[in-house]
Amino acid sequence: MTALGKLFLFAVLGFLYLPVAVLVAMAFNASPLYALPFEFTTHWFEELAGNDKLLAATRNSVLIAILTTVLATVIGALAAIALSRRRFRGRTLLRLLLLPPIAIPWLIIGTAMLVFFFWTGIGRGLHAMVLGHVALAIPYVVLVVGAGLNNTRIDLEEAAMSLGSTPLHAFFAVTLPLLMPSLIAAALFAFAVSLDQFVISYFLATPGVSTLPVEIYTSIRKGFTPEVNAVSSLLLAASMILIIIFARLTKVGGVSGRR
Amino acid sequence: MSEPQSGAPARRGLSPGAVTAALVTPAYLWLTVAIFLPLVAMLVFSFLTAAPFGNRAVEFTGAHYLVFYNRPYLVEVALRSLALGAWTTGICALIGLPAALALSRAFRGRTREVLFFLVILPFWTNGLVRVFSWTMVLRENGILDDIVRAFWADAPSIGILYSYPAIVVGLVHAYLPYMILTCYLSVVAIDDEILEAARSLGARAPVVFGKIVLPLAAPGLIAGSVLIFVPVIGSFMEPRILGGTAGVTIGTVIEDQFTQAFNWPLGSALSFIMLAVVLVVFAVFSRALRGRLTLS
Repeated sequence: MTALGKLFLFAVLGFLYLPVAVLVAMAFNASPLYALPFEFTTHWFEELAGNDKLLAATRNSVLIAILTTVLATVIGALAAIALSRRRFRGRTLLRLLLLPPIAIPWLIIGTAMLVFFFWTGIGRGLHAMVLGHVALAIPYVVLVVGAGLNNTRIDLEEAAMSLGSTPLHAFFAVTLPLLMPSLIAAALFAFAVSLDQFVISYFLATPGVSTLPVEIYTSIRKGFTPEVNAVSSLLLAASMILIIIFARLTKVGGVSGRR
Repeated sequence: MSEPQSGAPARRGLSPGAVTAALVTPAYLWLTVAIFLPLVAMLVFSFLTAAPFGNRAVEFTGAHYLVFYNRPYLVEVALRSLALGAWTTGICALIGLPAALALSRAFRGRTREVLFFLVILPFWTNGLVRVFSWTMVLRENGILDDIVRAFWADAPSIGILYSYPAIVVGLVHAYLPYMILTCYLSVVAIDDEILEAARSLGARAPVVFGKIVLPLAAPGLIAGSVLIFVPVIGSFMEPRILGGTAGVTIGTVIEDQFTQAFNWPLGSALSFIMLAVVLVVFAVFSRALRGRLTLS
């Protein structure tokens, strides 16, 4: 029974990773038609270096992700402090209001943003995408930082205050250093959410200003080329590294929740 | 909204309520501008005869909500979208629960943690890239055909790209980690001693599964199903890329209204009908979902 279970799980992992492995392998395969046998080349990555459209889209993606990370982490962390450390009426409602950005399909949110931003004159483009990405990232930041706050003992802060520290000073001197891993984890997560976001960006992109996932989608619909494999492989690697660091910081995977 | 009550003792100048308000206002102001007001705007939009841009005269109408009556083919499209959700969810459950059981029973300690992480890692990578990767595997003379022909040189092509099953494969691949995750969180807590007790009292494997494992795994199965069904009925890039002409779903119809047909009011109405379906699903399963809409 156990052996069968192990076999089954490895089959599932094979299913999950097979297409991804094929994608990366084809980025290094000489044939432009994805034909086998496999012949190693870095040609498609060199082509990529000369593809101005994809490079510009990559620059936009990174720029949006950095802005999203800074804004969402600061704004989300402030809200997390209030939601997990302060008691006030309406707290449950505020917690509930974090769910729509996570739970409603991005297609609905993306089209709604397009309608509203167009109507109000906010328009489309980089600023609109940052506006949208930050909104998607805030709930995740609040959840991650909130979990971090729940794991930090409030009595340390209270002890500092009873010894004459002001609440603000107690927070910066005691809680903030303890909270640092959660804040870094939340920031990484916000970065990954923004970097991988496609649907929202797709509806808020203009012909001149797009992001890497939007460019990839456009290329796929026009016809395949291993250049897209090359850039997709890089994007995959970037988000996997971000999530691995995130997991190490928050101890996702088995030991989460245990203290 | 955030009426303060006495929390920490009042300090010089700032009341606790003012501090709380200062802390939460930026986040909720941002969510209001980027999420809640857009949803309201779209609701208003869905009742307009045309997009109110460039001084065009518009009137209020409920006609867009009769779209399924006026365009009967959309009923078929809607049913196909719901069926896509059902197929994907069902297959994910059939693979995901056994996988979660295998993970929680057949592995221990560090190995289990690493495998668990490997299962959920793809979920946080770019979905578009993963869908794209399937086109290379599933197309005619693609990798799948290559694998088959390694064993049987003259095998006919089994490439299924640009078909309904191809969409299901891509969606199952995209959402399976979610089902394994939610099921795992439910079954990992099952005590080995309970199963042992049942067996020693004479219960055979199917009985142990039906009477103990399944009821205890049910919350995870339900949570996973809702969290898969909802995004799948709103999917548009997976049907577009893997389905070809077979890939018309409500999601792609909505995409078209905003990017090709420029019938934004109709697109808004369709989005809102979908949102209504989503809210009904969440309302029905709200108890099973409580506390599960978080990271892990």
